[in-house]
Amino acid sequence: MAEFRNYTINFGPQHPAAHGVLRLILEVDGEVIRQADPHIGLLHRATEKLAESKVFNQSIGYMDRLDYVSMMCNEHAYVLAIEKLLGIQAPERAQYIRVLFDEITRILNHLLWLGAHALDNGAMTVFLYAFREREDLIDCYEAVSGARMHATYYRPGGVYRDLPDRMPQYEQTKWRSKKDTKRINEDRQGSLLDFIDAFMQRFPQKIDEYETLLTDNRIWKQRTVDIGVVSSERAMQLGFSGPMLRGSGVAWDLRKKQPYAVYDKLDFSVPIGQKGDCYDRYLVRIEEMRQSVHLANQCIEWLRNNPGPVMLDDHKVTPPSRVNMKEGMEDLIHHFKVYTEGYCPPEGEVYAAVEAPKGEFGIYLVSDGANKPYRMKIRAPGFAHLASLDEMVRGHMIGDLVSILSSQDIVFGEVDR
Amino acid sequence: MSRLTELKEKLLQYLGDKISSSDIYRNELTITVPREQIKEIATTLRDEFSFQQLMDVCGVDYLSYGISEWETTHASGSGFDRGVTLGKMNDSLTTPRFAVVYHVLSISNNIRLRVKAYVPEDDLVISSVIDVWNSANWFEREAFDLYGILFEGHPDLRRLLTDYGFIGHPFRKDFPLSGEVEVRYDAKQDRVVYEPVVIEPRILVPKVIRQDNRYMSAEEPTVQEANSGEQNNG
Repeated sequence: MAEFRNYTINFGPQHPAAHGVLRLILEVDGEVIRQADPHIGLLHRATEKLAESKVFNQSIGYMDRLDYVSMMCNEHAYVLAIEKLLGIQAPERAQYIRVLFDEITRILNHLLWLGAHALDNGAMTVFLYAFREREDLIDCYEAVSGARMHATYYRPGGVYRDLPDRMPQYEQTKWRSKKDTKRINEDRQGSLLDFIDAFMQRFPQKIDEYETLLTDNRIWKQRTVDIGVVSSERAMQLGFSGPMLRGSGVAWDLRKKQPYAVYDKLDFSVPIGQKGDCYDRYLVRIEEMRQSVHLANQCIEWLRNNPGPVMLDDHKVTPPSRVNMKEGMEDLIHHFKVYTEGYCPPEGEVYAAVEAPKGEFGIYLVSDGANKPYRMKIRAPGFAHLASLDEMVRGHMIGDLVSILSSQDIVFGEVDR
Repeated sequence: MSRLTELKEKLLQYLGDKISSSDIYRNELTITVPREQIKEIATTLRDEFSFQQLMDVCGVDYLSYGISEWETTHASGSGFDRGVTLGKMNDSLTTPRFAVVYHVLSISNNIRLRVKAYVPEDDLVISSVIDVWNSANWFEREAFDLYGILFEGHPDLRRLLTDYGFIGHPFRKDFPLSGEVEVRYDAKQDRVVYEPVVIEPRILVPKVIRQDNRYMSAEEPTVQEANSGEQNNG
């Protein structure tokens, strides 16, 4: 009588479905997973320790590199924590701009997630479609901050600068014909707001397009329905947040429950799932994209009618304008102090959390009254989600592991920090 | 606001002698508890105060708390790095060196609470709350990895973020930012070798501590007027 034993296999870190650098030690019985042990930290850069050696403003750029597909939401949590510590609040226009870009970021994130999730489950087309739309949104990032991904656009006390009046246009090159140039520049004749507006007008039809490909697709349903079911009690126990928690049927959204910026003035609804499987999480995220469009439209409307400052006039925290800096002595001193020494918030500790596309992204800041954070802890949603991977995949096939992992929307920049 | 004070009163009533201090700062409630009772308190918080979710656990090292790197009395004349002291630590801490900070969230009551437990350096042990909130699993592993805090009762307390075979606890304040070792591929030996780091630690912007009264009592955020730079420009 032969003896059967489970065997242990290695999954990743170089695996297309490992979403970056995840190494999984799987104990499998045939093709059924008995235990999964994720080994993380291959992308650990000690962001929190680095932040301790820098003045507050110099770490904003590091925030982009945490969850590198929802850059501005991470910045938002960080600047909110600093603002809370200082007891200041950004001007209303800056808050609307932040909400607008948070929602653009949410769409960016969900598009990448949708493409990668579909690709992991064997659907190629959605990935290409999703990147078509992402390109336009990344152009919006570039228009406001100059960088396509790592924007460093939010600052304590506001945002770096106001929205540009003119949307940059593409030029004709050897590789881009006149006809193509004309087509992609069609929406770029007006301001950035006009461009975002046009995008938000056409984007709901694009979501319909993705849904045509997936929602009722028999193969898609076979791959996702009843896979990785998490009950609402377990989801709370495991520290889930964001679409993972809502997919399990818990109506919890920080934008609604603990509103920050101007979310309390805007109208939107929070979709929740019923069963807590991969399919529910997919549906929740699809609906969130539609809600983001709705939110963005309200912000565009408001921003069009309400010009105003986008940065506080408090030059102990925010830099003075370049023009004044060249002429005024006070402004020159302020400029010098802000950019060299920074500012010293009072002693104390705060926790600020935002509803990032992946869940609750929180920053815990301890200040001892110095110009650098004494301790910064990044509470990344993906960290708690990945920690529960073992529980979610037990008893599933290896192929389902890929579905479950990608339905968690894992990005290693934030898990490893 | 009132909900926080209400919660604070209730907690003090219920846990009374177990809470060594409680404090509301910037609209957030922090309670400090003795580490021996963390598990009981966690269970009470979950069952009686319906804090269903543990959002975060992290370690804090207070070794250089309140220590400024740039103490100088004379104005100028001796160059940029006058007065910059590297790696100055606090040798007479008033609190134990380490703390474990828990952030809990009540979904049904929509309220947050921060629980802090100090852990002394010579006995770096605290009970694990993994049985109370399962999400503590990796957070505690991380705190162990980065600070060396031992969580008693954790079933699988291994390193999480650092490399296999890593020595030391990198987030401690006495661990240099550049690390202790560097790696490179050695073609002669045909393998990756570890060597002590050659980078010298330096401070680009010194840490300074200044009291700025404008930001001290800002319970209600206001837009501050920029006044002329006086005592703040040291």
